[in-house]
Amino acid sequence: MNFQTLSQLAVLAEQRALSIGALMVEEQSAESGRSKEHEFAKMKEYYGVMKEAVRRGMQEDTTSRSGLTGLDAQRVGAYNDANESCLGGPAGQAMAYALAVSEVNASMGRIIATPTAGSCGIIPGVFLSGQERFGWDDDYMTYGLFAAGAIGYVIANNSFVSGAEGGCQAEVGSAIGMAAGALTELRGGTPAQAVHAVGLALKNTLGLICDPVGGLVEIPCIVRNGFGAVTALAAADMALAGVRSVIPSDEVIRVMLEVGSAMPAQHRETAGGGLAQTPTGRKIMEDLRRRK
Amino acid sequence: MRFKDVFSIIGPAMVGPSSSHTAGAARIGRAARQLLGEMPRKAEIIFFGSFAATYQGHGTDRAIAGGLLDFATDDLRLPDSIEIAESSGMEISFRQGTGLFPHPNTVRLRLTGNAGELELTGISIGGGNIEIVDINGFSVKLSGMYPAVLIHHMDYLGVLASVTDTMRRGQVNIGHMSLDRKNRSGAALTVLELDEVLPRELLRELEELPAVKSVKLIHLDESPKEENGEGRSL
Repeated sequence: MNFQTLSQLAVLAEQRALSIGALMVEEQSAESGRSKEHEFAKMKEYYGVMKEAVRRGMQEDTTSRSGLTGLDAQRVGAYNDANESCLGGPAGQAMAYALAVSEVNASMGRIIATPTAGSCGIIPGVFLSGQERFGWDDDYMTYGLFAAGAIGYVIANNSFVSGAEGGCQAEVGSAIGMAAGALTELRGGTPAQAVHAVGLALKNTLGLICDPVGGLVEIPCIVRNGFGAVTALAAADMALAGVRSVIPSDEVIRVMLEVGSAMPAQHRETAGGGLAQTPTGRKIMEDLRRRK
Repeated sequence: MRFKDVFSIIGPAMVGPSSSHTAGAARIGRAARQLLGEMPRKAEIIFFGSFAATYQGHGTDRAIAGGLLDFATDDLRLPDSIEIAESSGMEISFRQGTGLFPHPNTVRLRLTGNAGELELTGISIGGGNIEIVDINGFSVKLSGMYPAVLIHHMDYLGVLASVTDTMRRGQVNIGHMSLDRKNRSGAALTVLELDEVLPRELLRELEELPAVKSVKLIHLDESPKEENGEGRSL
């Protein structure tokens, strides 16, 4: 790849007069040695997997093996249909779809890791609700996924994207930043605005620990995906409105690395602290152990 | 760069629930399966760090078993892989390891097949991406992102030159290369990551080089049949 930072990414896109998504299609093709068409088709297929995961999560039984989670997306969907939700329609739908995909994941269904499975609901939630609302076609959404991937590539190589290394900020936080930047571009924002959206979003999740109850990707991961989708919409709106990330987004990524590196092991996906070690979290873990 | 391309960020397509603890683990298992060259008869799986703390909840055990059955990360049989492995005649056990380990998500696999044995250590670095860091006591650095060739050879003068010359004549580009040896003039392992799958005739040429004892291939592509049916001669 010809960029290592978000500022290089924005400059390169502007120099070549390409969107971040279109630039990433070219960069990916150069890196893999396969044609742009081949790489585009693979990404479009991944978008199809995301759509199917949303459909399953909104319609089928997503009760997890542990029995702890499932069907919350359908609860939110039904509530949205019957009531004037606090968020309002489109944001509520993004939240429901994000929950849906995360619940499919928790029940060992098929998803696309974006960037991880623990954070796999946020991008589909933002993308599918946006597509339905604005009438975008699948090709346009596929460019959006390349844009999200370009942003994630920078975050992953300058910081981390696994909860075991850097806490939940690295998973859910990264996904929100990727979704926010991509959505900004899909809505017509410039590459520079998209990069601001990433920094705005990441600042909001700095320090978030990875503390899954019983070590399962269920509590609190699933609801954090729901919240994450809504946060991504907010960050995109701020960036499109002209709000800037005063601390440049690349510097925010370095802060994520600093904070994650300082995070104690019990808050990095070991179930040794946080929500996992509350009285109720411990009781759930005990019950799971006894059931085996 | 630890993460090589867009599909290491958007992807893999996988069965949940965890990209590091499920998909990454499946890829480590699959790499080991391909290196052994057959389904193991006996597999001893040792987890460290976060893997040890949470492997049951994340299905890490099922993912490793699925990998050893050569399943891809999005194979819908993964949730039932331990049962499938056992009914296929694989004796598989899981336990927590002690001592030092290189990464929070570390697993060591001790495999016994009909033709040989393998001990491999892998780490799962996030988003389904992995590194194989040790093979039979040799330090390696293998991402599984590219088709890889592993050459067991004696540490004699000129072996590397003849390997790279073979690759040059076959027009196959090397993206990453490492060599580790047990001792001077002793057993050595060279690992090449390639930009494309190694053609069958080049594999044969490598096997016939002086001082080369064996050559193994790894390719963890999600749909191996379509893209490297020819290249993988395991």
